[in-house]
Amino acid sequence: MKRRELGLELLMDNLYNIKAYPEYPAKLEKEEVKRFCQQIRRDIVVSTFSAGSGHPGGSLSAADMFGVLWSNFLKHKPSDPFWDGRDHVIYSKGHVTPLIYSLYAETGYYNRSLLSTFREFGSPLQGHPANSKLDCIEVSSGSLGQGLSIAAGIAMGLKQDGKPNQVYALCGDGESQEGQIWEAIMSSAHFHLDNLTLFFDYNNLEIDGFVEDIMGIAPIEDKFKSFNWHTIVIDAHNIDEINNGIQTALSNTDRPTVIIGRSIKGKGVSYMENQAGWHGRAPNEEELKIALEDINRGI
Amino acid sequence: MEKKATRFGYSDALMDMAKTDDRIVVLDADLSKSTTTVGFHKKYPKRSYNIGIAEQNMLGSAAGLSLTGKIPYVSTYGVFVSGRAYDQIRTTICYSNLNVKIGGAHGGISVGPDGATHQALEEIGLMRGLPNMTVIVPCDYHETYKATKASASIPGPVYIRFGREAIPIVTKPDTPFVLGKGQVYKDGRDVSIIACGSLVYEALVAAESLKTEGIHCKVINIHTIKPMDKELIIKSAQETGAIVTAEEHQIMTGFGSAISEVIVQNCPVPIEMVGINDTFGESGTPDELMEAYHLTSNDIIEKVKKVIKRKKS
Repeated sequence: MKRRELGLELLMDNLYNIKAYPEYPAKLEKEEVKRFCQQIRRDIVVSTFSAGSGHPGGSLSAADMFGVLWSNFLKHKPSDPFWDGRDHVIYSKGHVTPLIYSLYAETGYYNRSLLSTFREFGSPLQGHPANSKLDCIEVSSGSLGQGLSIAAGIAMGLKQDGKPNQVYALCGDGESQEGQIWEAIMSSAHFHLDNLTLFFDYNNLEIDGFVEDIMGIAPIEDKFKSFNWHTIVIDAHNIDEINNGIQTALSNTDRPTVIIGRSIKGKGVSYMENQAGWHGRAPNEEELKIALEDINRGI
Repeated sequence: MEKKATRFGYSDALMDMAKTDDRIVVLDADLSKSTTTVGFHKKYPKRSYNIGIAEQNMLGSAAGLSLTGKIPYVSTYGVFVSGRAYDQIRTTICYSNLNVKIGGAHGGISVGPDGATHQALEEIGLMRGLPNMTVIVPCDYHETYKATKASASIPGPVYIRFGREAIPIVTKPDTPFVLGKGQVYKDGRDVSIIACGSLVYEALVAAESLKTEGIHCKVINIHTIKPMDKELIIKSAQETGAIVTAEEHQIMTGFGSAISEVIVQNCPVPIEMVGINDTFGESGTPDELMEAYHLTSNDIIEKVKKVIKRKKS
């Protein structure tokens, strides 16, 4: 109980004055985007602390890319999660619920206080996203390797109807060891899905260690190129590079685009950075304190 | 007796539905000739996707299409769709309760000479164990046509099993079809033969033959394995006091198991089961295999006699 109560107290402290908008993209200034990403990071460590479990490492590595996407590119209306004009996002690496739930909270889908119930019995915030529990979730995920196919299917349906909505997907680097990811990479290019952008969170760590030691995936950009994708390689923690990357992806035609984000697992929390052990572990109270200091300082 | 393969009922229904419902889309995995959806691909190229030999991606793509309001029908062999893409069906489709329809072709041992790798004998068990899934095993061409149409009328995942070989047509185009409701095709007081799929015809033949020996069988077609028509099954167990189940599938986890789950909890009576007994199939002609694996009317007759003995003792 103590974790939940402290978690809730910290969540209610609106440190960065984040404002929710009725409709996105909100075209935030760079400093505002940075504060948004800082708040997302804060939510990630507090919600996992509160739950006593969860996946902070890969949530933090994708936080900047998705902070930029959600505030400044993704079309969505928090009051109407299934608005026809929305862009779609599929989280193939479903374990990044600390990130996903924070994005919803910070853009006004629900009150941030809900994050203190993360992984609790009866909470809509399941360990892995479940559309039967939380209705703004488009599709449940958690078993790796499946999301890019779903995103491709959405992109196919939108193209069939001549609709302009964009589809974004997030997959992890370790996740690309799943064969289905490559089936979907193949079919997305085959069907010329230029309305599809994949964020490839390349933090080079998976549960058992370094990706290249467990089962090498390099050279990843060449692999995508040889599968007929547009490729963009960015520093996944540089706001300008993320902005430019997404803009370029949106202007690409005829083929899908992958934004390979060179990222740091656990980014923003000193002791979590580049540590495989923080893939699926929650901070204790002492560690949380350090984490919040690191995030406030903006390391 | 007129015969026709059930798979044509699937594709004929899709063609007819597509005329008036532009949400119908079809996905195949390089087997559109076998699943008989090839005509749909030709007539509606913009609503057809051949994903290639990639069942997992096909199910995921169908999931995505359903999220844009389409009603996707994925079609391939039952072994591949239920086995190769099981996790995709479980986590992405059933857990999310998506409106994806699965056409499982080449169900049963009557697939014939291709042998065990291509004979789906476990998919009813795999699919009926999934929450949110509806499972239909039609008994002939007309029923497959109606089942396919009915599947579009309910939200959520549906698995429809059909076969490769031409089998006798036992229903009529105007025979009523209600999802989740079984049908009594022949009344009798001594034993209930409850069958699904190709074994419905065998059950009718067995009942006719047994009548000449003074044994009166009730013959029930249960086309919807899930949700099961419990009411009808319990009622017939009460009326006849003995049951024989018949399926072209593994008894373990399959139709016989599903029926006995209902019976043991509500109205325990002796049950005998005709079906595949924990073994793989092999190559052969459909008739040779149905006989070798004890899936004929003669096998049903044998089980009826056995269950009546148990009933009396």
